Amino acid sequence: MAIKGILERFKKGLAKTAQLFNVRSWFGRKVDQAFLDELEGRLIQADVGVAATSRIIESVREAFADQTADENLVAFVKDQLKELLRDPSPDALTVSAKKPSVYLIAGVNGSGKTTSIAKLAQRLRDQGKSVVLAACDTFRAAAADQLSIWAERSGCEIVRGAPGADPASVAHDACQRALARGSEVLIVDTAGRLHTQTHLMRELEKIKSVVQRQIPGAPHEVLLVLDGTNGQNAIRQAEVFTKSIGCTGVILTKLDGTAKGGVVVAVRQTLKLPVKFLGVGEGIEDFQPFDAEAFVESLFS
Amino acid sequence: MFDDLQKRLSSAFKRFRVSGVLTEANMKEGLREVRTALLEADVNFNVVQDFMARIQEQAVGAEVIKKVRPEQQLVKIVHDEMIATMGPSDPTIRFEKTGPTVIMLCGLQGSGKTTTSGKLARLLLSQERRPMLVAADLQRPAAVEQLKVVGEQVGVPVFSEVGVDPVKLCQNAVIEANRKGCDTIILDTAGRLHVDDELMAELVQIEKKVRPHHVYFVCDAMTGQDAVASAAAFNKALELDGVILTKLDGDARGGAALSVRKVTGVPVKFVGKGEKLDKLEPFDPERLVGQMLGMGDIVGLVEAAQATVDAEEARIQQEKMAKGKFDLEDFRKQIIQIKKMGSVQDVMGMFPGMGQMTESLGNIDADSEIRRIQGIIDSMTPRERSRPDLIDIGRRRRIAAGAGVEPSDVSGLVKQFDAMASFVKQMSQMSMLDKIKAMTGLGRAAASNPMAKLMTPKVGTGKRLSPKEREKLRKQREKEDRKKRREQRDQPGA
Ligand SMILES: Nc1nc2c(ncn2[C@@H]2O[C@H](COP(=O)(O)OP(=O)(O)OP(=O)(O)O)[C@@H](O)[C@H]2O)c(=O)[nH]1
Ligand SMILES: Nc1nc2c(ncn2[C@@H]2O[C@H](COP(=O)(O)OP(=O)(O)OP(=O)(O)O)[C@@H](O)[C@H]2O)c(=O)[nH]1
Ligand SMILES: [Mg+2]
Ligand SMILES: [Mg+2]
Repeated sequence: MAIKGILERFKKGLAKTAQLFNVRSWFGRKVDQAFLDELEGRLIQADVGVAATSRIIESVREAFADQTADENLVAFVKDQLKELLRDPSPDALTVSAKKPSVYLIAGVNGSGKTTSIAKLAQRLRDQGKSVVLAACDTFRAAAADQLSIWAERSGCEIVRGAPGADPASVAHDACQRALARGSEVLIVDTAGRLHTQTHLMRELEKIKSVVQRQIPGAPHEVLLVLDGTNGQNAIRQAEVFTKSIGCTGVILTKLDGTAKGGVVVAVRQTLKLPVKFLGVGEGIEDFQPFDAEAFVESLFS
Repeated sequence: MFDDLQKRLSSAFKRFRVSGVLTEANMKEGLREVRTALLEADVNFNVVQDFMARIQEQAVGAEVIKKVRPEQQLVKIVHDEMIATMGPSDPTIRFEKTGPTVIMLCGLQGSGKTTTSGKLARLLLSQERRPMLVAADLQRPAAVEQLKVVGEQVGVPVFSEVGVDPVKLCQNAVIEANRKGCDTIILDTAGRLHVDDELMAELVQIEKKVRPHHVYFVCDAMTGQDAVASAAAFNKALELDGVILTKLDGDARGGAALSVRKVTGVPVKFVGKGEKLDKLEPFDPERLVGQMLGMGDIVGLVEAAQATVDAEEARIQQEKMAKGKFDLEDFRKQIIQIKKMGSVQDVMGMFPGMGQMTESLGNIDADSEIRRIQGIIDSMTPRERSRPDLIDIGRRRRIAAGAGVEPSDVSGLVKQFDAMASFVKQMSQMSMLDKIKAMTGLGRAAASNPMAKLMTPKVGTGKRLSPKEREKLRKQREKEDRKKRREQRDQPGA
């Protein structure tokens, strides 16, 4: 799909959000408590969260109290969000000097890990890279079958174990395979787990350490898949997963609906975790690199 | 973030002494904290605004009860209002007398529909039903395969077809169920966004052609502000009959449930608390509200702790009872044990010949009465539980405030309890069933049970309806409305 098409799709998805931020209606209004309350309501409804919203509101209050809202105020709010979301490090994934680059994918149940992996794999395949997928979700019914279908569609190799097999051993086999094949990328799919399940978090740590042992320097990225329709719980997810396996970035999914994905702002504020990609549909092409400018602009366009 | 609401409130109230009554001024900060807690629990912004206005109305002028801290009182008001909003739990599924009962699950992507299908099938099996699962998700890779595995794990047939559209597939499934003698059909539909017109239309087609008797919206407990939009859209398209809230086994506050309930009026039926197929529970509004307010899942903790000591506890209690050494604490433990078996009504329904008895309960809601009694005992200190004679006027008022009852209810309970000494001795020789009957004031065993008097409904004659009855009527009305709307919508040209 052409870049433009994707952008259109993305914009369409965010159109509802944009309505919330119907900035025209702000112009000419006095920046008083009622105005700030309304602004607060809008940010909260975008799932930005109470704490992150309060900060933005405070800064608006300081800068614009009792003035009349105009373009400057809009620009100010946008800049605040952009500043926060901007990624100092390039948004591309780390590529290891030595093959393969390993990307570990984790997240809560049903957030979109397997689908995002398919999308990412397709993207890498389009760049001409050879990709191996590790189906380390040996728990959920037909999880490996699901990844297999995606592997086939994107032309990747898959390493899978029997249902109920030790996920770390599948990870081990996958590392071996990627090394033997001289593949450029290995992407590890893991079972969904809630961050409160300590034994499952430990299982994840084990997968990571197995990968580390097989391939020094790996994993080169640990990507947390967050459901864009999730609310404030995503902050906890980000905190706990990061503590456990040291996440390096976020993939934010399901932004093709009316969900605002605003929790990213809060995640960014508390954890400094950069958003790498957005999922904007169920198709393999419905994926795009995160761009803070575009994200915030789309909110206001 | 995510501090205990109670903790946050007490610091808000510390800043000024609240004396006499709660006023708009002295509650301002406290209410602000409540609002924050609700928003952090992902209750929808508009729902919160509305809710706070109602709370303020109720709280202003409420006298601050001595010995109860104002923040506790405010929490209580909020807590009760939320539970009232949630409505009572009703995990029953009504089955059709003739032909298979069709249940349709729908919801956003990844919310837990397929897993919940399996859980429901398992529950139905335990109710002597013969369920069949229908793989109506022809969209997501390996969705059919997933349901097949789930079906195998539960031991129920899974209907699937290739080369047809989901509408036709569901129609064929009904024919197949009739042929196979399956009496309940669960349609596992594909996940879809409520703004996806094409896929929503498909769902409406299934609903029109297959006419499911129950349509449940499967909602992820972690959903944020958008829950309202999606639930409202599904409700508009399908006239939902219930909501199943999934992934509550984590630390999600589940504010979506309150919003969805408020906006659609559709009750939450079940909650999913794990990936395994036995992790489906009837919805417990009190527990969810506790979770939303960040007051800790106290009931859950008690139960978890309880489970490990159950066997030993049962033996000790049996001994104590036999000796007539049985205090309110012991009584409370028994209540918890019985509750763990399910609702009193359900537990009784499991015994042959008891179905009628359950019906004859009429508007005596045994479950809520038991809850009320437990609430009173819960509000007592351990010392008061073992020495009820210590409970003076002051303590009585505190306990009553904590439990949300009248002080006279507390003294009533204590008085009855004194008369229980001989009764508990009898109870120790009773079977579990007799105990339940005795406690709920049913059957012969009740005649000797002083506790049974507590169970008699306060209202029930005359025109005034109890909140329970009102709720029941309201639900009935809602249900009829939904049906009517569904029919109207289906009329051509309507
Ligand atoms: N609309 C939309 N749906 C998505 C997106 N990403 C994933 N999905 C859907 O969300 C559902 C769950 O996706 P999966 O990839 O299976 O999620 P997962 O995290 O691997 O799930 P588990 O392994 O069960 O924890 C599927 O129905 C996907 O098609 C997205 O960006 N937009
Ligand atoms: N922890 C937990 N996980 C759950 C629960 N219910 C479902 N899941 C998990 O959530 C993920 C998605 O569940 P599915 O049943 O595949 O969801 P679905 O709605 O059928 O997904 P799609 O068909 O892709 O839209 C899986 O990993 C399930 O194991 C629950 O109550 N608790
Ligand atoms: Mg998966
Ligand atoms: Mg499914």
